[in-house]
Amino acid sequence: MNQWLLLGVNSITLGGLLFLLSAGFSLIFGLMRIPNLTHGSFFMLGAYIGVSFLGLGLGFWAAALLAAAAMAVIGGGIERLLLRRLAGQELAQVLVTLGLSFMIADLCLMIWGGDPISLDTPAGLSGAVPIASIVFPAYRLAIVVIAVVIAVALWLMLERTRLGAMIRAGVDDAPMARVVGIRVSRLFTLIFCLGAGIAGFAGVMGGPILSVYPGLDADMLPLALIIVILGGTGSLLGALLGSIVVGFLYNFGQVLFPEIAYIILFLPMLLILLFRPQGLFGRHAP
Amino acid sequence: MSALAIKDLGKSFGGLRVTAGVTLALEAGERRLIIGPNGAGKTTLFNLITGELKPDDGAIALFGRDITALPTRARPHLGLARTYQIITLFAQETLLHNVTLSLLGLSPLRWSPFRRLDRQAVLIERARAALASVGLEALAGRPLAQTSYGERRRVEIAMALVQQPKVLLLDEPFAGLSVDERKDVRRLLASIPRDVTMLMIEHDMDVALELADRITLMHFGQIVVEGSRAEVVAHPRTREVYFGS
Repeated sequence: MNQWLLLGVNSITLGGLLFLLSAGFSLIFGLMRIPNLTHGSFFMLGAYIGVSFLGLGLGFWAAALLAAAAMAVIGGGIERLLLRRLAGQELAQVLVTLGLSFMIADLCLMIWGGDPISLDTPAGLSGAVPIASIVFPAYRLAIVVIAVVIAVALWLMLERTRLGAMIRAGVDDAPMARVVGIRVSRLFTLIFCLGAGIAGFAGVMGGPILSVYPGLDADMLPLALIIVILGGTGSLLGALLGSIVVGFLYNFGQVLFPEIAYIILFLPMLLILLFRPQGLFGRHAP
Repeated sequence: MSALAIKDLGKSFGGLRVTAGVTLALEAGERRLIIGPNGAGKTTLFNLITGELKPDDGAIALFGRDITALPTRARPHLGLARTYQIITLFAQETLLHNVTLSLLGLSPLRWSPFRRLDRQAVLIERARAALASVGLEALAGRPLAQTSYGERRRVEIAMALVQQPKVLLLDEPFAGLSVDERKDVRRLLASIPRDVTMLMIEHDMDVALELADRITLMHFGQIVVEGSRAEVVAHPRTREVYFGS
């Protein structure tokens, strides 16, 4: 395959994974107004939990779904037991999520060790798919398809259901939503479960490409932050476009300008914060 | 039994006492105006009544039921609604969606989370009727962000009224409105049926006094004078608060 085309496919694949990571991050940020610095850890811990399920002999997709469920429970627990008690104390919430991310990193190192673990590509997706005389890796295409399916499902949930209407109201103005009788605290828990679950699922999905290693959380979190700043907090469309932009910037930046790859990655975030703090599609400035 | 009864309500922010020993009783159907200089604690009192702030001491009862410890979201279910001094609605959504959300919050339909909101004919029709009652039916499909401040004020009042409140709190409903918009809102408030008890904060005395049965004057977080319009205007403490001793 042409090198540039391969790079393009890799960028879109990374964009798909990043969308799964950042969609929940964006909703949590938009609804609760806190940057959840544990979100990269949800991705990594989900991947490690998936590794354990695979070790028990489960199939790849079953392991990914169970890891997502486990992360949803863990995420919901963190919201209910820790963050809710710190409501309105944004600095405390940021510090607690940062502290938790270090604790989760240590826990992962203790349980799963320090060696990178590479996950096998799921059966049936290890080959290549020819499209218009070009051969694409099947698993990478599958990631893109799954990301699109989840994006559509989340969009339908947010834009077409009563639950979505209540979540949008909470993102727009949580105090007003409470005054009209909406139980915003329950929405917080739900969004936290959803965001953590999807991030955990993405962690397992990313395993065959990125592998699972200590520090994966710290690699993913800044990317999610850039995406949410670019796309705007609480915006699904923003998270999707931001993910694809970051996917391209990350891959092409590292190949074309490896010395300044991080400048290419972070400069758009800096400019957006300066000139359009609400992001491209955001409802609020962070 | 009072519609709204507040007893010895107190709230401090650190060393700053913003509400102290506030005791207030509104009879059903009463229109009460709260006046006082900036910083008197009027909006804080509203935030305490709706539960957006937790009181340090004292109690609040709605038709005899103690609601002091109830969360904010539970109070509209008991008939309490409010508007804000600075309008804070769902700006990205249409007028119709805003009013429908206000209905959804109190409707058992909120427990069917995965059904479409815009297909609930009952809610939509009630929301349209509420918008018609404030003269905004023609703008139902317009995003709130594209409406004037006066129109948003009327949407806010429609959102409160559609919940069929028993007690309605209005925080400076005439603030920021043009002369014509003030007339519209005054007509609208005057048309609210007498079974709705109203507590209103307002600085525009000419407009507000027409609507109020009784007046309460607050200063430094305390109630200093309470009575009819004539009693409050004639009271020496009123002159002292507004013009100095």
